[in-house]
Amino acid sequence: MTRETTVNIALAIALLAVPIGAQFADHPFIITLSTKVAIFAIAGVGLNIALGYGGLISFGHAAFFGLGGYAAGILASQALNYEPLVTWPFEIQGTTQMLIIWPVALCICGAAALVIGAMSLRTGGVYFIMITLAFAQMIYYFAISWPAYGGEDGLSIYVRSKFPGLNTLDPITFFAICFALLIAVLGFSVLLTHSRFGLALSAARQNPQRLTSVGVRPFQVQLTAFVISGMITGLAGALYADLNRFVSPAMFSWHTSGEIMIFVILGGVGRLFGPLAGAALFILLEHLLGGITEFWQFLLGMLLLLIVLFARGGLIGLLAGGRGNV
Amino acid sequence: MSTILLFEQILNGLQFGIMLFLMAAGLTLVFGVMGLINLAHGSLYMVGAFACAAVAAATGSFWLGVAASLAAAAAAGAVIEVAVIRRLYGRDHLDQVLATFALILVFSEGTRWIFGSFPLYLNVPASLSGAVILPGGVAYPTYRLAIIVVGIIVAAGLFALIGKTRIGVQIRAGEADREMIAALGIDIARLYTFVFALGAALAGLAGALVGTIQSVQVGMGEPVLILAFVVIVIGGIGSIKGALVGAILVGLTDTLGRFLLPSLFATMMSESDATSIGSALASMSIYILMALVLIFRPRGLFGATN
Amino acid sequence: MNSIKTAIAALAALVIASPLQAEPVKVGMITTLSGGGAGLGIDVRDGFMLALKQSGNNDITVVIEDDQRKPDVAVQLADKMIQSDKVDVLTGIIWSNLAMAVVPAVTQQGKFYLSPNAGPSALAGKGCHPNYFNVSWQNDAMNEAAGKYVSEQGVGKVFLMAPNYPAGKDMMNGFKRFYKGEVVEEIYTKLGQTDYAAEIAQMRSSGADMIYYFLPGGMGISFMKQYAGSGVTVPVMGPSFSLSQDVLGAIGDAAIGAKNTSHWSKDIDNEANKKFVETFQAEYGRLPSIYASQGYDTALLLVSAAAKADVKDADAFRAALKEADFASTRGKFKFGPNNHPIQDVFVREVVKEGDVVTNKIIGVAATDHTDVYAAECKM
Repeated sequence: MTRETTVNIALAIALLAVPIGAQFADHPFIITLSTKVAIFAIAGVGLNIALGYGGLISFGHAAFFGLGGYAAGILASQALNYEPLVTWPFEIQGTTQMLIIWPVALCICGAAALVIGAMSLRTGGVYFIMITLAFAQMIYYFAISWPAYGGEDGLSIYVRSKFPGLNTLDPITFFAICFALLIAVLGFSVLLTHSRFGLALSAARQNPQRLTSVGVRPFQVQLTAFVISGMITGLAGALYADLNRFVSPAMFSWHTSGEIMIFVILGGVGRLFGPLAGAALFILLEHLLGGITEFWQFLLGMLLLLIVLFARGGLIGLLAGGRGNV
Repeated sequence: MSTILLFEQILNGLQFGIMLFLMAAGLTLVFGVMGLINLAHGSLYMVGAFACAAVAAATGSFWLGVAASLAAAAAAGAVIEVAVIRRLYGRDHLDQVLATFALILVFSEGTRWIFGSFPLYLNVPASLSGAVILPGGVAYPTYRLAIIVVGIIVAAGLFALIGKTRIGVQIRAGEADREMIAALGIDIARLYTFVFALGAALAGLAGALVGTIQSVQVGMGEPVLILAFVVIVIGGIGSIKGALVGAILVGLTDTLGRFLLPSLFATMMSESDATSIGSALASMSIYILMALVLIFRPRGLFGATN
Repeated sequence: MNSIKTAIAALAALVIASPLQAEPVKVGMITTLSGGGAGLGIDVRDGFMLALKQSGNNDITVVIEDDQRKPDVAVQLADKMIQSDKVDVLTGIIWSNLAMAVVPAVTQQGKFYLSPNAGPSALAGKGCHPNYFNVSWQNDAMNEAAGKYVSEQGVGKVFLMAPNYPAGKDMMNGFKRFYKGEVVEEIYTKLGQTDYAAEIAQMRSSGADMIYYFLPGGMGISFMKQYAGSGVTVPVMGPSFSLSQDVLGAIGDAAIGAKNTSHWSKDIDNEANKKFVETFQAEYGRLPSIYASQGYDTALLLVSAAAKADVKDADAFRAALKEADFASTRGKFKFGPNNHPIQDVFVREVVKEGDVVTNKIIGVAATDHTDVYAAECKM
């Protein structure tokens, strides 16, 4: 077992142990924080597929995070108001079933990622960063000024969506759902990177000419990766809507894109558990420093600077050494 | 809609574009020469505005404030270049994003620590207040005309610096081939510090000049930063000419979009829907512009084609 | 003899004061303390803490957290305060969109929420709740009063401007509801916009007799500075947020002469207000803004209710809150059927007192004003 695998397993156990301990110690907020870590880690795992393995630096993943969130929010709020979502050409009802909401969120985000990716992949490098940002900003401003679902006020869902056989309102149950999904997307991520597709994606990043010479178009490989990446981040958005029982255009803002990206970089780009390590560290720091001083963001900035300057390869790199999958 | 109003709006668009150019010029220069994504550029803009407001309040002179903004932003730029940025040139863009994001937090909260949480007072000097009547009967604020003039001077100065001076030759050489200029015996570390401080000073100047007619407050740099990125990407990264053209395009699109779109929609639908949809589309317009430019010219209007 | 008097007085004080020593109340304050909007949150917090300190009630403890102006962070903090800190009452939120996120989550878990700022229409009408008390204003109210006042002044044509988001639309709809003249133009700007040259040019050519605008914080500062330099001389007016004390310092002389409607002003003549303005200045070294006064009133309301009822007895505590038995800095204050204020709205004008640019009351726009959403509220 490599050192990185040991670190990964330790991280997964820690994320599981903390909320269970909190459950016994009756600190439900720790469970909420752990759930937030798990959800942002899912979003980060999604981004990591494009950014870490595919080398596609997307500064617009808030678009998918927000779309996933709004898919969940709109479906649930329509169901709660007993208003059909669409009445023409046929009637579609809203729903509060997670098992329906998730596939819908995945489909919507996949479709959006297909469109955004197809246009953005014409560019490269910094231009790619900025064009993905542009698309996210367009959706952000649209969401703010579109009155139907609350505009910038956002949309309250009041209750958490349902999962058959489970009481999702119980914090530890909801955490378990998010944790299980995190493990699932991590597993998927491993399968993906070790598959033929993963190799092609890696080649598209490092040596696109060679890929072309064996008859694979880098564009198609990268677009597929971008779509998968967007879908996973969208799933995280749907979960985040349920965590807060609320969605708002802030999910689309460039700060959200930046935050997800920072989780990935902080943890270690292209490292399987990087997003989890990054999200956990950032949310922990945010929580701990917030109690110290009103100017906690100053301290946070200083700490982040130290990490980026002196811990190359992010947190996983610091703990496990090596160069990861990049 | 009168032609005078349209003319005035075009002038407003130009002037907004020039303001963006002041901000974007430094960003594109730093990117072109050092290949660095600097998210903290907006913080230097804020530093300039706060320095100007503080010095103008202490001395009573707006012009001393402007001088202070240049000095403070250049100094802040030089310090962070030596302490932080210098270590990032060899890294990939992602480390740069994280480090300069951390700098935003440090600068924003540091500024709030020093100056408090309330916006500062900074106003147009008496000599530039009021409006002048332009040919055609348009009354136009003197201060905004002054910004246009300053922007043109800065643009000319930058073109001269890059095209006609020794440093300009080094900068162009640095853009083309980094190893080469080191081989030529140029002190590359000093050149980089100089370019970064120059970019910072431009951002500081923009902060002071724009802060005068806007709000001098913590966080003022972030929306402008995003706009400046839009500008340099449309223009083509590293190109001063591109930044100028991009800035004016963005300025015109945004201003005319805000003005024309609601009335355009009003011809098709009810007044309130038109206002709503028109305003929503207007706030998206520059991003639509950027996406269109990049789809048809993936490296911006004046970007290198390699 | 003297000592007996003292003893009786002390005994009497003990008897009167004993309800004050009732069960402890734990308050969670979620407000904006970092970033560009921090000034408002700091004012609410400072006003609130000042009133608490003056009340001498040591049984009320406050947990304060920074929401960073992010709705998701605010909701999570509310969960934390309810679940971990076990607070009884929440308060502190500045922005409508954050209130929309937090208030339903709080009231659903059976806790009380006292709003020291922001009153979105959705929470005043269909979304009202018995545990949600608004101690500030409903978004529309100050604008309705302004619309009424402007009509009475015989202003025939107005130009409306607000940011393109729900609170902005609430405000303009409120104005139009009571305004009888003609709206020559109504524009909604990008949220966070800082350059208003294009809008000012439209104002110049619109032929309006008055500009009515709602632009809080930095947006309002930018607009007023640019407007003053534009040479357009049409009078401007807005709800008090556009021209509150927290932004006047930054706008400076450019704001002088602008009018605004407000439920509070530092020159309202009553004992509570005099004490508030004096002690606030002494404590913090700056003039209080409307946000500080709202924070102060919120704490007064809480103290008054805590003196009458145990917070664990929700029905009694709710009834005690509803009585609004406290000396408000605004003078008159009572709650309407939807737990939103019924209060007077004043017209203020920005003037210079010595070196300080500030507001001065010049008239009353509406007395005992309430909001129109109460009819939709079923509770």
